[in-house]
Parts: sequence; structure tokens; C-alpha cells
Amino acid sequence: MIQFMLLFSRQGKLRLQKWYSAYQQKDKKKISRELISTILGRRSKMCNILEYREYKIVYKRYASLYFCVAVDPDDNELITLEVIHRYVELLDKYFGSVCELDIIFNFEKAYYILDELLVGGTIQETSKKNIIRAVTAQDMLQEETENPRSTQGVLEEMGLA
Amino acid sequence: MPIISLRLKDLIRAIRACRTAQDERDLVNKECALIRTSFREEDSENRARNVAKLLYIHMMGYPAHFGQLECLKLIASPTFSDKRVGYLGAMMLLDERQDVHLLITNSMKNDMNHQVQYVVGLALCALGSICSEGMSRDLCGEVEKLLKSTNPYIVRKAALCAVRLVYKVPDLMEVFVPATRSLLNEKNHGVLLTTVSLVTAMCQVNPDSLSHFRRFIPNLIRILKNLVMSGYTPEHDVHGISDPFLQVHILRLLRILGRGDQDSSEAMNDILAQVATNTESGKNVGHAVLYETVLTIMDIMSESGLRVLAINILGRFLSNSDRNIRYVALNTLLKTVHVEHNAVQRHRSTILDCLKENDISIQKRALELSFALINEHNIRSIMKEIMIFLDTAEPEFKSQICTNILQVTDKYSPDQSWHINAVLSMLIKAGAHVREDLVSGIICMVSDAEDLHGYSAHKLFFALRDDISQQPLCQVGIWSIGEYGDLLLADETGSDTPSEVTEEDVLDVVLKVLKSPQSSQITRSYAINAIMKLSTRFSSTLPQIKSIISQYCNNLDTELQQRAVEYGAIFSKHDGMRSGIFERMPLMGKGGTSGGVVENAKLLENGEPEKEQISLVSEPAPTAQEPSLLDLLGGDVTPTVAPPTSGGGALLDLLDMSPPTTLALPITSGGDFGGLMDLLGGPGDSTLPPPPPVSQSIPSIIAFEKNSLKIEFHFEKNGTNISITLLATNSSNLPFSDFVFQAAIPKTFKLQMQPPSGNVIPAHNQGNVTQVINIENPQKQPLRMKTRINYTVSGAPVLEQGEVNNFPPELNQF
Repeated sequence: MIQFMLLFSRQGKLRLQKWYSAYQQKDKKKISRELISTILGRRSKMCNILEYREYKIVYKRYASLYFCVAVDPDDNELITLEVIHRYVELLDKYFGSVCELDIIFNFEKAYYILDELLVGGTIQETSKKNIIRAVTAQDMLQEETENPRSTQGVLEEMGLA
Repeated sequence: MPIISLRLKDLIRAIRACRTAQDERDLVNKECALIRTSFREEDSENRARNVAKLLYIHMMGYPAHFGQLECLKLIASPTFSDKRVGYLGAMMLLDERQDVHLLITNSMKNDMNHQVQYVVGLALCALGSICSEGMSRDLCGEVEKLLKSTNPYIVRKAALCAVRLVYKVPDLMEVFVPATRSLLNEKNHGVLLTTVSLVTAMCQVNPDSLSHFRRFIPNLIRILKNLVMSGYTPEHDVHGISDPFLQVHILRLLRILGRGDQDSSEAMNDILAQVATNTESGKNVGHAVLYETVLTIMDIMSESGLRVLAINILGRFLSNSDRNIRYVALNTLLKTVHVEHNAVQRHRSTILDCLKENDISIQKRALELSFALINEHNIRSIMKEIMIFLDTAEPEFKSQICTNILQVTDKYSPDQSWHINAVLSMLIKAGAHVREDLVSGIICMVSDAEDLHGYSAHKLFFALRDDISQQPLCQVGIWSIGEYGDLLLADETGSDTPSEVTEEDVLDVVLKVLKSPQSSQITRSYAINAIMKLSTRFSSTLPQIKSIISQYCNNLDTELQQRAVEYGAIFSKHDGMRSGIFERMPLMGKGGTSGGVVENAKLLENGEPEKEQISLVSEPAPTAQEPSLLDLLGGDVTPTVAPPTSGGGALLDLLDMSPPTTLALPITSGGDFGGLMDLLGGPGDSTLPPPPPVSQSIPSIIAFEKNSLKIEFHFEKNGTNISITLLATNSSNLPFSDFVFQAAIPKTFKLQMQPPSGNVIPAHNQGNVTQVINIENPQKQPLRMKTRINYTVSGAPVLEQGEVNNFPPELNQF
């Protein structure tokens, strides 16, 4: 099971964090800080697996973003890499060749997509098509249910107008 | 006054435009203040936007807890967009520990009964992330109902919620068991995947359910077979592998079901072989499936042919160019090396190659595996690689490597000279990283290799001439130089450096160590001892030695000063005995070395640095040397002064013949005690090898055993003096405190009890209390003892009385 997922930039800025177990706020910050500095310190040719506390950390860099996932020690590290890749593919499909800025300005969308891929740290759907369909359907629903007066504003805000 | 609220995007833009951290803080603080005001004014129109902004601010590391209640309000709102942001916020700002859950539970319950599937989905997703024990119980019925829905979108989310609920409250498991069977007949991959996860969770939470779920094995095998055999299915294909996620999940469940069950394991053999042979291993994803297959094969009771196949798959992994694949291979081989030793052994050279990898994760695994593979036959070649690795290893590794090297060379060395060479090379390469408590073991080993004394001394002497910064190396080196100084001068003993070594050269090196500010106090104590020993091995430098000793008589370091004063006294008052006192030490005995290393290593593994215990165990060492000391001094020395009470009278101890007194003191007085053993060996208590705590000749007895309290007696005997080491352990669940042991013996004996190591005996045999009892038996009577034991367990005092009359007969033989 995935315990938490962090997305951060090459400059060490956190772009997304998802915790599937309860941690103290202080601990979350400490873990993020330590992992970001450890991973940024690793050379690109090193393997993508680290041992950290009681977890195995599996990470991968895509362009300027690092995707970092903590799994239990008996989890399959290689399939975890595929889960990360699946998420990246989904972001790419949703945003259309995604870049870091998309995720910064639409961070809530990045979360919505993640929530359609994983629930409680376990993968729930392996069909990319189904996931994108579910996310866009909810985007539509959000649009419809919005107060018509502010629809334009929300659309702009969500980057759909 | 209405607040003009910034849009989320504008806020993000503004934050990104900040030039300094201070600007950013100011902006965020200002925005947070506005958001707070807006919350206070119940501005429901902007609530969703404000919460979204707050989530962004939260991600930047600023506090955002004041948004928690707003999230709940959003969730309770009827509009979908509010709910969507509300649930997102709840998952980020709340976790199972907050007490707002009563409020959220009700909204969730409503949403789970909503007619729009996405609203139900939001609620389920949030429940899967943050549910607490209380929520689990309250919403269990809802989840179970949704699990029976016909909508796959809902079912798969409900199944994963059920996973979380089962982990939180294992009793809830029964609710979900009935639904699983029909779900496994579904076609939808999402439903299959999540159901397999649910069954896996239930098996892990409650092993009793394994027998029930083993009935699903044919079903699982059928699904897996379809995946492996079916052609291309675009929706679930990843690089030619059909739904690897589902395959991996099923393989894992099969592993849990087949573990320890012969019939189930047999049923799986075929499909595992099929997956292992039919999975294309071109890309990472194929390796992921193969890796999971290997794990399952190794874990269940599979056929031997299949196991060999599995190891060979890992062997192929090892030569893959992808580092991740090599890493998992090493990791898995490490788990199986104890079972399939020979099969793993075949991949030795590939494993050793991984040591050269420039990646700490891989190095660490390869190193562990290399040590696990060492045996009598391959130790030379493996150690060669490890030594090369030691040169470049990260400092954090080196200590562990040194400890491991000491262990394996002790166990598997082909001969003594190879052993000595390996250990000394290690000391020279990485001496600074050898744990201090292992130094005595190494010294013991050097001492045992009688034929190689000269060689060792030479090698260490030249090493020290180049480098005196590594303390453990210095200690072993200085000890050897002191002990075998005469051999250093003698012409060549195996070393290929023909240079003549003079007394001055040797003394120079020792002096350098003694004076170096890098040297620790212990090292310097070794050095002053070595100088003193050299006084009997050298001739022309005797005046220099005397002057060094007299210089140190007023050294600021009391330990050195004390030694110097004592040695000065030997020069001035007992010069005739000097050569006897500083004669070469007898061989220390093989048992000491390995015993020491293994014992220390064990302590390390348990992570319990029980210092007192170690020191106590190693203390009886001098007794082992007792006979030779008696020989040295003959019987004609009359004690002139009463036994010393403080650590000050080391020299007197030497002349006084009551070892029990000197034995017991170091337990409490440690460093400032320069007694008998110091003259014989190096400084302090670390010099002497820790021999087995029990004297070989006299068996130990159990003096008392009742109510989980066990007291053992270990004996040392020297003429009419008996030294009993009491060892009290506690096997109950509660610690015993205020432990007091009292003993009474017949009047013809003299009894002296040393202070115990403590008065609390930890529970579960996790520690002990030791105490030394010295008994003098001048009339050579058979020993009897009455005991009285007081202790307190969970506040209640306990008093036990007893008699010990099972003393071993050896005690009464004179």
C-alpha cells in the first residue's frame, strides 16, 4: 500500500502531497524535507529505490518534477514505478502534454485525478480511459451546478475558459 | 464591507511573483487574514474559492487548520463543486485523529446515498483516506451496501474503503466476506483489482480466514490465466503485458494463500510456471510481474524445479542494465540465500560486480549478500573484492563492514596467517571505523598467532609509522609493539621490508602516539604501557624510557599520571621483579576472540548497549591469568597493606593477592582503576579479551528459581577464595524493582558482597542484574548459603527465603 506521495520540483518546492496514513503535521514536514534533499542529492544514474525509515521510497523524475512514493517494505517496487508512470500518463492525457506550471495552477485537478487512480493508497482502476472519463464528467458536473452568475469566473479559475 | 476576494489563479501568480521569502510571507499572511475574515462572516459564496486558496497555502507549508470546519460546511453544501473542494480539503486538512469526525460522518452518510455516482465517489474516496475507528463502525453498513451496487465505479471505491475499514477495525471483516465471491466473477478489471485487494487485506488481518479464501484459488488462477494467455487488450495493456497491476495483485494474493499449504501450493505450480515463462521481460513492467512471480514461488511450497527457475530469473535480473531491477534482484536473493544457498552461490560473481556500482542502495544490498555467501572455499576471492570496496565505501558503511569482516574471517579463514593478514589489512585501511569494543578481540587474535608475532608487529609498526590517526589501529599496533618489541629488532620475520629497525625508531613511534593530540586517552594508556614493556625488551634505550616515565609522573591526565607513578615505583623499588612483571603475556586462547566478537555483535543486533553487562562479563579475565601471576611473584610476597578501598592503590593490588577485590571494583569505578590487569595487559578494562563468563572448570548452578525470577551463580575459584557472580533474570511480563539479594553463610567463611549492577530486573528476560559475591574459605569447609531476596513487582513487595545447597563439589576440592 502506498503510504504517501510527494511531487516536488528540481528546486525542492513541494507541488503536491497526499498522505494515506495519519501523520503529525510536524512529521509530514520533516519527512518531506528529508526526502526532498536526499532525492535531489542522488545522481540521475542511481536506482529509483531508497530505504527510508520503515518505508521503501520509489521515485522517478519526469522533466522538472520528481514523483516520490512511499510503500511498505514488502511491496513490489517495480510495479510502484508503473503506478507512478500511470499517474504521469493520466496527467499528460488530461492536461495535454503536462508541464510543471499546469500542476501548480491546477493543483486541485492533479488531486482529483489522483483520487480517481488511488483510494486509500491502493490502485482502484487500471483503465486510463475510465479515469479520464470520470474526472471530466465531474468537471462538467461542477460547471453545471455552479451558480450561473459566477460560472464564467469559475471556468476561468479552473482553466477551462 | 464586502471583501474583494482574489481568484485562486491570481493568488498563485502573486505568490510566484514574490521576490523574497519575506515578501511571500507577508502576502500569504495578508491573504490568510482575509480568508479568516471571510470565514468569520460566513461568506458562503466565496467559501470554496477560499478553501482552495488555503489548500495551496497549506502546501507551501503555512498553517491552515482554521479551514477544517469550512471544509465540513462545503461537504454539507448541496452543490457538487462545493462538495468536491470540501472533500479535497477534508482529505488534506483532517486525518483520523481530529475530533470533527462526528460532523463529517453524517454528511458522508448522506452523500453515500446520493443518486449521483460522483457524489458517492467523493464520499467513498475521502472515507478511504481519513477514516477513523469510529467512522469505520458508523459507515460500515453504507460501504457494504455500496459494495453490492451494480455500478463498477462505486463498487471499486467501496471495496477499497472496505480495505481501510478492515485494517482499522478487524471485527468488521465478517460484513464484507459474503460479497467477495460474486465480485471475483465480474469482468471489470477495476472491480477485480479492488476485490483482490480486499481479500488480501482480510487474509492479512485474520489468518483464520485463509482456509475460507483458499476456495477462491481456482477462480484467481482462471483470471490470471486469461490475462497471461489473452491477446492484446488496448484498454489494459502496458507494453505488451495485459493489466500488470491486476496480475501483480493476484500473484500476491496467491502467495498469501499458498504459504504453508501444500494443496494450494500444488494447485498454483502450473500457472506460476506459465507466468514465469510467458511474461516478456523487455521493459520494467514485465520485470515487475516476473519479480512478483518469483516472490510467490519462493514463499509457497513450490516444486524444486520452479524454485531453480525463480533463482535463475533473479540471476538474469542481476545482469540487467536497469539498476532498479538489479536492486530488487539483490534484495530478493538476500531473502532466499539461507534457503537456496547453492543456487544463489552460482551468481556470486555478478553479485560481487554490483559492489562496484556507484549507488548506495545497490551497494548496501550487494554487500550484505556477499557476506552471506562467504564460506571456507570462497572467502579469499570474496574478501578481495570487499577489501577493494572498503577503500571507497562511504564512512557509514565502514564500521559495519569491519565488524562483518571480523566475524567471517574468524569463522572461515583458511589458515592463521591469512586471517591475521586480512584483519591487519582491514585495520590499516579502515582502522578508524572499527568499533572500540572489538579491539580487544583483535589483540587476542594477534596474540594467538604465536608464529606470526614478529610479522604482525612489523606490519603494524610500519603502518603506525605512516599513520597514527586511527585509534583502534593505534591501540592494536602499540600493544603489539610493546609486547613483541624484541621481535621487531630481530632480523626479518616474513616482512619484505629489509630496513633495519632500531630501538630508537620503535620508541619514536610509541612516543609519537603518546604525545599526539589525536590520540584518545585509552590509546595513550596503551602507549605508556607499551613503553614500560619495552623497558624489559630493549637495552640501550632504558634511560630514555625511565625519563619518559618520570616525565609523565606529573601529567595532567590522572590515568597516565597514575600509571607513570606506579611504573616509576617499579623502577625504583622493585626493579628486580620488573622483567618478570612485564614478561610476554601468555597466549590468550582462541575462545576469547570469537566469543568476544560474536557476543558483541549480538549485542549490537539487539540494539541494547548493556555496558554494565559487558564490563562484568569481561572482568573475570584476569583470573584466567592468575596462575601465571602467581608464578611470577612466587609465594613469598607478603601483603603489607590492607586491601585498598579506592582505585588509587594499583601497585598494592599487584602485590596483594586477593583478586576478588580487584575483580569487582571496575564495575563501578571503570576508568580510574589501574589494577592488576593493567600491568599485565593494556590499559583499562578493554584490553583484555572477554573470555566466556563462566570458569570452565566449575559448573554454574541455579541458586533460586521461583515466580519467574531466576538466579544463577557462576563461580571462579582461586585457592580458598571463591568468587560468585550472581545473575538474576526475570521472565515475567513486569519488571521487578527494588531487587535486594542477601546471603548468610557459616561463620567459618568470610563473605563480602559487591554492590549489584542495579536494582531493577527488566521483564521478558530482557536484561539482568549481576552482583559479585566474594567468599573466603580458610578452613576449607563445604559451602552452604541461606538467601533472602526482596523485590517489588507492580508495587507489591515480595520476600523470598531459601537455602542453596547444590554448590558444585569442585568448590570444596583444594
